[in-house]
Amino acid sequence: MSSIPKTLRYSKTHEWVRKEDDGYTIGITDHAQSMLGDLVYIELPELEGHYENGQECAVVESVKAAADVYCPIAGEVFEINEAIIDNPQLVNEDPYGKGWLFKVRTFDGDMKDLLKPDEYTQQVASEAH
Amino acid sequence: MGKKTPLYDSHLAAHGKMVDFAGWELPIHYGSQLAEHQGVREGAGVFDVSHMTVIDLEGAGVAAYLRYLLANDVARLTPGKALYSCMLNEQGGILDDLIVYKIRDDFYRLVVNAATCDKDLAWLKAHLEKYPVSLKKRDDVVMLATQGPKAAEKIRALCGKSAEALDSLKVFQATTVNDKFVARTGYTGEDGYEWIIPASDGAAFWEKLLEQEFQPCGLGARDTLRLEAGLNLYGLDMDEKVTPLESNLAWTVAWEPRERDFIGRQALEQQKQNGVPFQLVGLALEEGIPRHHQKVIVEGLGEGVITSGSFSPTLKMGIAFARVPAGQFDHCTVEIRGKHLPAKVVKPPFVKHGKKVF
Repeated sequence: MSSIPKTLRYSKTHEWVRKEDDGYTIGITDHAQSMLGDLVYIELPELEGHYENGQECAVVESVKAAADVYCPIAGEVFEINEAIIDNPQLVNEDPYGKGWLFKVRTFDGDMKDLLKPDEYTQQVASEAH
Repeated sequence: MGKKTPLYDSHLAAHGKMVDFAGWELPIHYGSQLAEHQGVREGAGVFDVSHMTVIDLEGAGVAAYLRYLLANDVARLTPGKALYSCMLNEQGGILDDLIVYKIRDDFYRLVVNAATCDKDLAWLKAHLEKYPVSLKKRDDVVMLATQGPKAAEKIRALCGKSAEALDSLKVFQATTVNDKFVARTGYTGEDGYEWIIPASDGAAFWEKLLEQEFQPCGLGARDTLRLEAGLNLYGLDMDEKVTPLESNLAWTVAWEPRERDFIGRQALEQQKQNGVPFQLVGLALEEGIPRHHQKVIVEGLGEGVITSGSFSPTLKMGIAFARVPAGQFDHCTVEIRGKHLPAKVVKPPFVKHGKKVF
């Protein structure tokens, strides 16, 4: 069973969101990285790019497939994780830590539409059948 | 739920991540596809390939039958030898690619793809009537591939004195060791063996291989290894709509002797005469990872399509097969998510014995 930290919020498309003092940190879930397998290439959103909720904003590619990452919360990207560009496997090894993808500053968005940990756990379980 | 090979429990025990493949539940990887890939390039790996179909053909007419059904010519074989061939329809389209082993003058064995099994059986049976041949699909066997530069020495350690028969076994030859059918063939570009053994012995043999530190390898590594090795995958790189001449497989068509009639021959000869419109080439990209179905642009000639594409774990770059217009060119462009990225045209394989070969 993959790890789903209680302190985060989740999107149906397998991104996670953590509230920080200066905005929101976003990554892909442990379940998502395990489905994709070893990541080998990552395209991050542009700094200062504006994204709608649910808009394609990044791409993670494993050996076997490319997957779009959808911005789970509307806002402006103000920081990207350069370390994962050179070492995409950080996302496999530490999806909620060193493998974060980018940070957004939001204008009016909040986390109310996102899934709570138990809701996301249910979704992952239902996909397995 | 999909079909399970007799090694299903062994895969779970080895932490295999199971996925559906052509109706079978098989491991995509056991933790890391990259580690498994590297394990085969540098050491030794084992694959459960029991989803593939083994078909035994026996009878006085079997050579004549196969000389009519296959584009390559089994008359080239002596007992104990194997041949790679396409099986074509009347239009020259590829029904399947397969390996045929000659065991005796009146006994041949085919190994065909899992996804095409039902279609192949129907086709083979439909052409049986004129030939005194009996056909038997073997559901009672397990097929394992042991591959990699260290596979041979590990097998020797495992089989002891009975492995002597393997010492003289050349590439594309088969023999029997301890009642196990074994051939020096594979789908990785590395040296190694493929085993066909009774299903009831499968799990025990698998365990012994793991004790010899064969790395269990999933479908993911199998795919990247075969792509680097320049080997086509049926259903992606070829299907019934294309001929061997459009699939980098002209070398598998036995044109001589001229009087041998095989299904698809007329269509192929006509295509050769009229000019083959497409070719399957290898592509290598410094930037971007090409994927199945992406568009390829060849300046001045037209467009093509990526048939298989992946990140190459050995070369650390994008590699692909692409079906492109016939003609000579060194470079083309692949459209990846709206970007046009340059690709170098490469004659497969990309990797041989762990090294870049272009």
